[in-house]
Amino acid sequence: MSQANTLMAVLVGVPLVGAIIAFVYPRLAVSITAVCAGVMVAAAAGLTRLVLSSGVLRQDVGGWAAPLGIGWQVDGLSAGLLLLTAAVGAAGAAHRAFEALEQPFFWPLWLFLWGALNVLFLSADLFNLYVALEVLSLAAVALIAMAGGGALPAAWRYLLASMLGSTVYLLGVALLYGRYGALDIALIADALETDLPSALAAALITLGLLLKAAVFPLHFWLPSAHGRAPAAVSAALSAVVVAAAWYLLVRLWFAPFGAFQGNGVGVLFGLLGAAAMVWGGLLALVQHRLKMLIAYSTVSQFGFGLLLLPLAGGVGAELAWRGAVVIVLSHGLAKASLFLAVGGIARSQGHDRLDAVGGFGSGGVLPWLALVLAAASLLGVPPTGGFAGKWWLLQGALAEGAWLWVLAILLGTLFTAAYLSRLLAVLLRPAQRGPQTGRPSPLTALPGFVLALMACGLGLALPALERLLSSALVAGGLP
Amino acid sequence: MIYLLLAGVLFVIGLHGLFVARHLLRKILSLNVLSAAVFLLLVALAREADPLDAVPHAIVLTGIVVSVSATAVALVLLVRLSRPREDQRKLMDEEGG
Repeated sequence: MSQANTLMAVLVGVPLVGAIIAFVYPRLAVSITAVCAGVMVAAAAGLTRLVLSSGVLRQDVGGWAAPLGIGWQVDGLSAGLLLLTAAVGAAGAAHRAFEALEQPFFWPLWLFLWGALNVLFLSADLFNLYVALEVLSLAAVALIAMAGGGALPAAWRYLLASMLGSTVYLLGVALLYGRYGALDIALIADALETDLPSALAAALITLGLLLKAAVFPLHFWLPSAHGRAPAAVSAALSAVVVAAAWYLLVRLWFAPFGAFQGNGVGVLFGLLGAAAMVWGGLLALVQHRLKMLIAYSTVSQFGFGLLLLPLAGGVGAELAWRGAVVIVLSHGLAKASLFLAVGGIARSQGHDRLDAVGGFGSGGVLPWLALVLAAASLLGVPPTGGFAGKWWLLQGALAEGAWLWVLAILLGTLFTAAYLSRLLAVLLRPAQRGPQTGRPSPLTALPGFVLALMACGLGLALPALERLLSSALVAGGLP
Repeated sequence: MIYLLLAGVLFVIGLHGLFVARHLLRKILSLNVLSAAVFLLLVALAREADPLDAVPHAIVLTGIVVSVSATAVALVLLVRLSRPREDQRKLMDEEGG
């Protein structure tokens, strides 16, 4: 399995080394990022193929075994998210390169963000995950602040929220370490007893991660941070960074904290998810700016992901699992594509106000096409990835006879349709002939368009997804 | 045991400061108190263990590095924020605080 070990090392080492070189030689930054992006896309694809052919992969970094050393592990879920990170990372970098802005510090920060995400999806060690979360949020804060002006208060709020989240998470980890003397997720899962310190630790870790995943009612920092950041940054934040916190929640509640997974906890997560769908959907309906609408839609869409937890214990668990993961993956592709497309449109028209922007084709046809395709996938029109995910999740809920969650899924989809129809209204407006602040190169829209195609294409890759997300490829197994 | 209690008290003080403080610098300091509380807890746990456990010390060292970097980023942001005042007010108006 030395090939897998090399690929994992590449996924972590290349972005970190690349970021430092790009920082020291700002003139080479774009080409270094391009090389790193190519290598990481290839490595993520290679790792996914290995997972498909030989099951869950695990390595002890540096040859030190688990209680003392750090373990890295790839299963179907982490492979899928690594691929998503690679796709969004490469597309965002390409978008930024075509925009040709003079901000050399963007590149090292982008690579740090990417590297931290890779560590997050690979690591099986609670403290290693804490460090990855911190690198991730510091890089993200700096990237948001790069937009200047109104983005600074948003970056500040994001910084405070995410630091508080990670400190609370670390407190939980400290309690777990004090109780079991281990940091490895699998070791803790084996040893876990349902006593008070463990319950407190689980509650603290969950609270910290809910804050980072911007789950209702802890979502207050997300819309302004995602709505004000530069387009490529919003794309990465909304598509992958939020998914990273969700991933950790799922990972922890499936294996170690599964022991606490009584009905009460699962239902609580489900209610939070349903509330997020409704509240995020309502607020998306009243926004005045295109980017803010899309940012609130992130709050609402992650409600679907949380519905996995109440459904995890029953007969529909495998369907729900597959559905929720596919929803998160296709949401990532579609949301990144939306942000990139809207970024291009906003640049060509000088603003993104919903009452004045539009219509189809002004500022290039490609961003509008990307917008339509991504919106279709987000809504779940067959045969897109969003449709497959929602279908499976719904089937899982039906199989368990969980009518409350069936209702929540339908309601969430209704809200999605309602706020996406506001996008449709913009599309149908006559194309503007008025003063445009400058036409960006048509290449800028290409990465977003490719992502939108991938979001739709995900629906055609179902057999592969089904294999990747089968219960045999879940580390620790489905509960 | 007394150190564990002290860690708990520090954590509550930090949380209180973070939510109540109006000055942004105080919020950064509250975050530092919070992380100090977690570090104290870890070191206290290491002391209780038998035989002596070195892993929490390594964790605290790494945690201190992380918290120093986070504080540095927060301070840079604070300096940037305190310069243009009108942007901030505009944001407050737009998003209703």
